[in-house]
Amino acid sequence: MVPLDYYLFLSGVLFAIGVVGVVIRRNLIVILMSIELMLNAVNLTFIAFARSLGSMEGQVIVFFVMTVAAAEAVIGLAIIISIFRHRQTLDPQEMQLLRW
Amino acid sequence: MEESILLRFIPLIPFFAAALNIFFGQRWGRKRAGLLACAAVGLAFLLSLWAVSVLPPGGAIKDSVFTWIESEPFRADFAFRVDALTAVMLLAITGVGFLIHVYSLGYMGHDEGMIRYFAYLNLFIFFMLLLVMADNLLLLFVGWEGVGLCSYLLIGFWHQDHTNTIAGNKAFVVNRIGDFGFLLGLLFLFWEMGRQGVWTLDIGQLQQSAHLLSSEKAVVITLLLFFGATGKSAQIPLYVWLPDAMQGPTPVSALIHAATMVTAGVYMTARLHFLYSMAPQTLAVIATVGALTAFFAATIALAQNDIKRVLAYSTVSQLGYMFLAVGVGAFSAAVFHLFTHAFFKACLFLCAGSVIHALEGEQDMRNMGGLKSFLPATYWTYFIAALAISGAPLTAGFFSKDQILWQAFASTRGSVGFWFIAWLTAGLTAFYMFRQFFLVFHGPCRVREPVRTKIHESPRVMTVPLAVLALGSVFAGWVGAPEFMWGSPWQRWLEPVFGAQGQAAHGEVSAEWLLMSLTFAIAALGFFLAYLGYGRGAGVPERISSWPAFNWLARKYYVDEMYDLILVRPFTRCAAWMAQSFDPKFIDGVVNGVAGRVLGSSLFWRQVQTGNVQHYLFGFLAGALVILAYYLYA
Repeated sequence: MVPLDYYLFLSGVLFAIGVVGVVIRRNLIVILMSIELMLNAVNLTFIAFARSLGSMEGQVIVFFVMTVAAAEAVIGLAIIISIFRHRQTLDPQEMQLLRW
Repeated sequence: MEESILLRFIPLIPFFAAALNIFFGQRWGRKRAGLLACAAVGLAFLLSLWAVSVLPPGGAIKDSVFTWIESEPFRADFAFRVDALTAVMLLAITGVGFLIHVYSLGYMGHDEGMIRYFAYLNLFIFFMLLLVMADNLLLLFVGWEGVGLCSYLLIGFWHQDHTNTIAGNKAFVVNRIGDFGFLLGLLFLFWEMGRQGVWTLDIGQLQQSAHLLSSEKAVVITLLLFFGATGKSAQIPLYVWLPDAMQGPTPVSALIHAATMVTAGVYMTARLHFLYSMAPQTLAVIATVGALTAFFAATIALAQNDIKRVLAYSTVSQLGYMFLAVGVGAFSAAVFHLFTHAFFKACLFLCAGSVIHALEGEQDMRNMGGLKSFLPATYWTYFIAALAISGAPLTAGFFSKDQILWQAFASTRGSVGFWFIAWLTAGLTAFYMFRQFFLVFHGPCRVREPVRTKIHESPRVMTVPLAVLALGSVFAGWVGAPEFMWGSPWQRWLEPVFGAQGQAAHGEVSAEWLLMSLTFAIAALGFFLAYLGYGRGAGVPERISSWPAFNWLARKYYVDEMYDLILVRPFTRCAAWMAQSFDPKFIDGVVNGVAGRVLGSSLFWRQVQTGNVQHYLFGFLAGALVILAYYLYA
């Protein structure tokens, strides 16, 4: 059986990749994908703990997270499409209207 | 102590009359407004008479309207209280006040602002009644400030003329200076009594627990309160406003000088006699100030040429007499002189008003003379009042002044020095009164031509009050005759208030006779000198007015100029510096400086808000990491 530490390490690495992607990438779609990656890293942690502790709560929460992630992807992509229609770009650095 | 709900109407009727005249006077017209004002004071007078008649001997009547301030353990009621002392004041204020109101109907009948005038006049009476009827010092202070306000309004009544408004301002400011001392005294008294466990300003309770105060504290408190009295009652050093108060309409001068306002200080010291008699040092100060003021003001009055200014300085001088009496512990004599003075001074001022009215505003006595045949009623009433103030035998002034002189001489606190000054002043009084008398009514007529043909006696509405006041000038004093003549009901009336300390020191009858004759002698001498100087010859004697001493007196010892130099100018200069340098440079500098700093730093820090979502996210991440690190390692 694979030890719990391995799952946690993998999930941490995936989460870090997601965070860095959100902060540094210049494309809104990639940023959205990075968010999905972070969510899935969290899911992995839940599953791993649920398995190792022999509890079902973690697995239940994962279903909630997946549902929310699906909804979020739908709305997020819709917003991105309408932004693109207005501005012909997806670079967040071009979207700095709301500032001093 | 009896209760009566009617008492509250004595001050409230004039108050409501004033309010009605302010709101509806224009609609009703001048005549009805004037009649309403007179009727209100007349009604207050009748109520006062009723209050005096039902006053239980030695007792008091009380009327608690409502609880004004309640803050345990302190409590102040809006309550009125009438005892023997208040009753006397009530009669003087409403009685003389009523006559002045009636007189004003004639005097102010042609004035544009007559309605406003009567509203102020009623308000004045209201505040004065509040002052004398208050059963605690807080309410007394309300009346105290109120009469100050009304005097300001009435002195500057003809505000189109700038000098009048300046005189009004001066009266108000000088009074405020005195009031500051009064307020300090009040607070100190309140605090010190509180430290003894008696949190009260109620006069009756104060009297019961006054013995808790130590003598030094009583001296400080009474000195501060007396400073307030020097402002209201025009004593050295704050007397300067009273002569300038002559800028107001003449009946107002009569009201201020006789019935209201200036009597407030004397009344206050008499009301708080239990405090004052605990402080012998204060009494000594009061007697000295009173005697000096009496003499000083009388000398100034010798050389004035304005008909009203002579009377103004005469008032200051007579008030000095009253404070001299207070200072030697003869409170009853002081209030007696206040009472008789109300009659003859009101009469004198109203006579002066009648003369001014007849001469269409002329006030300079050098342009009068020979008015005896034109104004017979004014002439005779003036003559009686002048006799009374000079202390001619059997007139009101004779009895009251004689009592003060006797007390100054024979009381345990009195001395020959006090008596001598007061005695000299009696001679000066007779001199300046009859100097005025001869200048105005005798000799050739010096009135300027266009006015001369139109001189007329005043209408009945003005001469009848004069006649009533003249009668009072003679008979008001008869209630206070010395013991060896027919005794003094006055003394017995006020004895429950002042107790034994108000009692005259009774000496040898022969000594009293001697002093009385001496007083009469110097008054007669004053009269004779006035006759020699002004009554015999024709016109204004040039040789007297060209003396340097005369000029010195005519310029009032340059006291106003000295105050101007020492106090007023440095103060205004300081105020100007504050307004033109300190305020724009320092105050505005601080405010604008703070604003500038805030603006500068915000210009820098606002650059943090870039509008780039990823920058915010980075900050979010860094913050989350810091918190995480804190919980992991701290």
